[in-house]
Amino acid sequence: MLYFLFKRITLLIPTFIGITIVAFSFVRILPGDPVLLMAGERGISDERYARLLAEFGYDRPIWEQYLEYLNDLVHGDFGISLVTKQPVLDEFFSLFPATVELSICALILATVIGIPAGIVAATKRGSFLDQTIMGTALVGYSMPIFWWGLLLIIVFSGILGWTPVSGRISLLYYFPNTTGFMLIDSLLSGQKGAFQSALSHLILPSIVLATIPLAVIARQTRSAMLEVLGEDYVRTARAKGLSDARVVGLHALRNAMIPVITVIGLSVGTLLAGAILTETIFSWPGIGKWMIESIQRRDYPVVQSGLLLIAAIVMIVNLLVDLTYGLINPRIRHQ
Amino acid sequence: MTDMTTKPAPSARQVKRQTRNRMLAEFWFYFSENRGAVIGLFVILALVVVAIFAPFFAPHEPTQQYRDALLFPPAWQDGGSWEFILGTDAVGRDILSRLIFGARFSLFIGVVVVGLALLGGVSIGLIAGYFRGPVDTVIMRLMDVILAFPSLLLALVMVAVLGPGLLNAMIAIAIVLQPHFVRLTRASVLNELNREYVISARVAGASPFYLMTRTILPNCLGPVIVQATLSFSNAILDAAALGFLGMGAQPPTPEWGTMLAEAREFILRAWWVVTFPGLAILITVLAINLMGDGLRDALDPKLKRT
Amino acid sequence: MALLNIQNLSVDFKTAGGLFRAVDSVDIACERGEILSIVGESGSGKSVSMLALMGLLPWTAQITADKMEFDGKDLGRMSRRERRKIIGKDISMIFQEPISSLNPCFTVGFQIGEVLKLHLGMDRATRRKRSIELLDLVGIPAPETRLSAFPHQLSGGMNQRVMIAMALAGDPKLLIADEPTTALDVTIQAQILELLVSLQREKQMALILITHDMGVVAETAERVQVQYAGQRVEEQPVLDLFEAPHHPYTSALLAALPERAVGRKLPSIPGVVPGQFDRPTGCLFAPRCSFVKPDCHKGVKRQPAELGHALCNHPIASSGSKTSAAGGAA
Repeated sequence: MLYFLFKRITLLIPTFIGITIVAFSFVRILPGDPVLLMAGERGISDERYARLLAEFGYDRPIWEQYLEYLNDLVHGDFGISLVTKQPVLDEFFSLFPATVELSICALILATVIGIPAGIVAATKRGSFLDQTIMGTALVGYSMPIFWWGLLLIIVFSGILGWTPVSGRISLLYYFPNTTGFMLIDSLLSGQKGAFQSALSHLILPSIVLATIPLAVIARQTRSAMLEVLGEDYVRTARAKGLSDARVVGLHALRNAMIPVITVIGLSVGTLLAGAILTETIFSWPGIGKWMIESIQRRDYPVVQSGLLLIAAIVMIVNLLVDLTYGLINPRIRHQ
Repeated sequence: MTDMTTKPAPSARQVKRQTRNRMLAEFWFYFSENRGAVIGLFVILALVVVAIFAPFFAPHEPTQQYRDALLFPPAWQDGGSWEFILGTDAVGRDILSRLIFGARFSLFIGVVVVGLALLGGVSIGLIAGYFRGPVDTVIMRLMDVILAFPSLLLALVMVAVLGPGLLNAMIAIAIVLQPHFVRLTRASVLNELNREYVISARVAGASPFYLMTRTILPNCLGPVIVQATLSFSNAILDAAALGFLGMGAQPPTPEWGTMLAEAREFILRAWWVVTFPGLAILITVLAINLMGDGLRDALDPKLKRT
Repeated sequence: MALLNIQNLSVDFKTAGGLFRAVDSVDIACERGEILSIVGESGSGKSVSMLALMGLLPWTAQITADKMEFDGKDLGRMSRRERRKIIGKDISMIFQEPISSLNPCFTVGFQIGEVLKLHLGMDRATRRKRSIELLDLVGIPAPETRLSAFPHQLSGGMNQRVMIAMALAGDPKLLIADEPTTALDVTIQAQILELLVSLQREKQMALILITHDMGVVAETAERVQVQYAGQRVEEQPVLDLFEAPHHPYTSALLAALPERAVGRKLPSIPGVVPGQFDRPTGCLFAPRCSFVKPDCHKGVKRQPAELGHALCNHPIASSGSKTSAAGGAA
């Protein structure tokens, strides 16, 4: 198991170096001079230009600049936002909990509905129920989620008036930011109605963000279950006189979960990409909205470091998924 | 077979044609068993016809602004007019006409993006799988790096570098989609490389290029085609998302994602300007995915048994 | 009264090309403490009839039987829930592929303990004690440590021993072994067979051994039932069968044994078991039979017990010349 862990981590190193190179070269392949870009429309004196050039190190050889960049990263220096003049890392960590809260809710929604739906479809294979579930899953899988979000707003906020249109919580409530997770903080604050308000703000974005992972999980669960249900050990389990619930829910499901867990892990990338769209639609103050706004404002230090941090998070989550994979699959654990 | 006695033995070309016909017949048998796949195919064919003959089908010019018909609802609603069947947008353009012309963009985006990703990805994958060793390692690590980024985010950043626009958006999406083709092709090549028929072709003195393109490639085409349909729908979705975020096709292009972006501020006032473009995207993508599932069942022998 | 009494069992599978009859009006009877062997080539429906008894066939199978009696209770008329109380306890089954027949995600101890809990309601400590006893009984060394092993950590032979231990957990009256040694190394095969026979004696349980290997039959069985293309074609005590086979198919099977080869070439039975689309009318064995007569293509009749219940119009009456003739001609 330790060896497995070690092997996984060494495999990540070249990828991680590659990610830093991509993020590093991003600013440098932008059309135009980076210093002029940062100086903006107002222009800049020659003297100041030279000073800035030296300050950012753009006059030195490219590999030296790259090493310098790595050195900065190691020391936690991810640059300063051109717009807010705040350290990028601080901004990232202040916005990240909002995205995490939204992503976790979406993932829970997708798993809690997707896995049972897939199991039911597989056990009732070919039935009307199976066809309905899989048809719905395919629609979800094909969904342009930015439109789906708008549609839900039209119905639930516009016509029915059940949910708010944007933000994380009603402006009526204010309480300290303890964990960064609005659901938990609102409970901790003890203010009446705060939790309900946070929840009602969270529900539509979660549904939108969960849609594609939900469809993927349901489809994967069904096909994994179908494959596993034909295995010899499922026949053995039936031959032992076990109930259908135990045969399907324990003996088959345990094995079918192995590929499903992989898919759930892989959907973290999908979630973060989806967060860009979802957060934009619902004005959710997370890193997705932050990234797209920075791109639109040409706030390049933010884009550069945001790209790096998001990729790093996806990598770490994938590593964790691989480890869980080892835990649930005995054949890997004992290698 | 029966007329073997009266006719001379069929030439190699005839045999080849017969085999191809039989394979096509078998393919169609499996494909047509899947009702959804056939429906998807017909929807796509209909879309292609609509896209090609867009000027013929569209009642209005897609960019013509009717200043006296701003935000008209669809014809069946109060205040609607049969002149604008699906209503008009905020500057008085006919939504139906824009949707019809938009089909051109979506299908064009899909074809170009998949073409680029397929060509690039398959060639790189062939090279990686055939030459192995350091070439393979470098290529695969590079693909790992691309795959480490959420695809839409990487495409967004690339468009930010290249400058917003439909062409740049297509290039960016093609780049983020091609690692899947590389991985798939490489895996199939590695799988096929040790088969007897490849070894015998190599012993017979076939050049690496001939081996790669004529011997190995046709045998790993099935999964690549399936991946291509998947990528087709992803390309349309991603391009629409980029358009929606203002980084893809620019107004007044009647691209569906861009139309949604323009319509956003009216969502609570005029549901139709938001609903129809998205519905068009959904139907197109759904049809392609339906067909993709059918293709997978028909082409992938591993999945045939389930 | 026989422990197991199956009468007129037929199994049809729904396929794309219509119904396929895998088992065709078969009778199977097995006494308490008896070893019955069911022999036949692949596709002769020998496993399917047992899987039908256990209720393990997929939903595409249609099962009909006049009687499926076990220990005086008709399994065919029971609800699934009631049947599950018997399956895995009084009747248990082991399969051909020991490694894939055990669940890769659970330990050996868990998989044995499951049966003990379900059918005997044992608590945790008792289950552990009993599991160790069972593993010891089937000849697994260091059973305490093996309880926490996963199937992939054990060899094929060991896995089959675990399967046997699991099958014995409910103290069954009948154990069905479906080609239990086919997937194993030759040296292990003999050990497993020996284990099965000794356990059968010790526990006084009935054993139905499904095999295609006449050698296995000779070493273990007391009574033999020969199946061909889903039909029972002959049934005799093992010694009589080897001495005087009455059905040409049995005779040909015996002639194909290396130990019995007369010439330099090992005889074989030409052709294959008929499938869904080439099912002959009349006697199903006629196309491959070396004694075939014109009336064999019209119909076939069942012979009396003296002639081994042979399903044949022209059974081989006595041993000796005809057996070798069959071997020579085949």
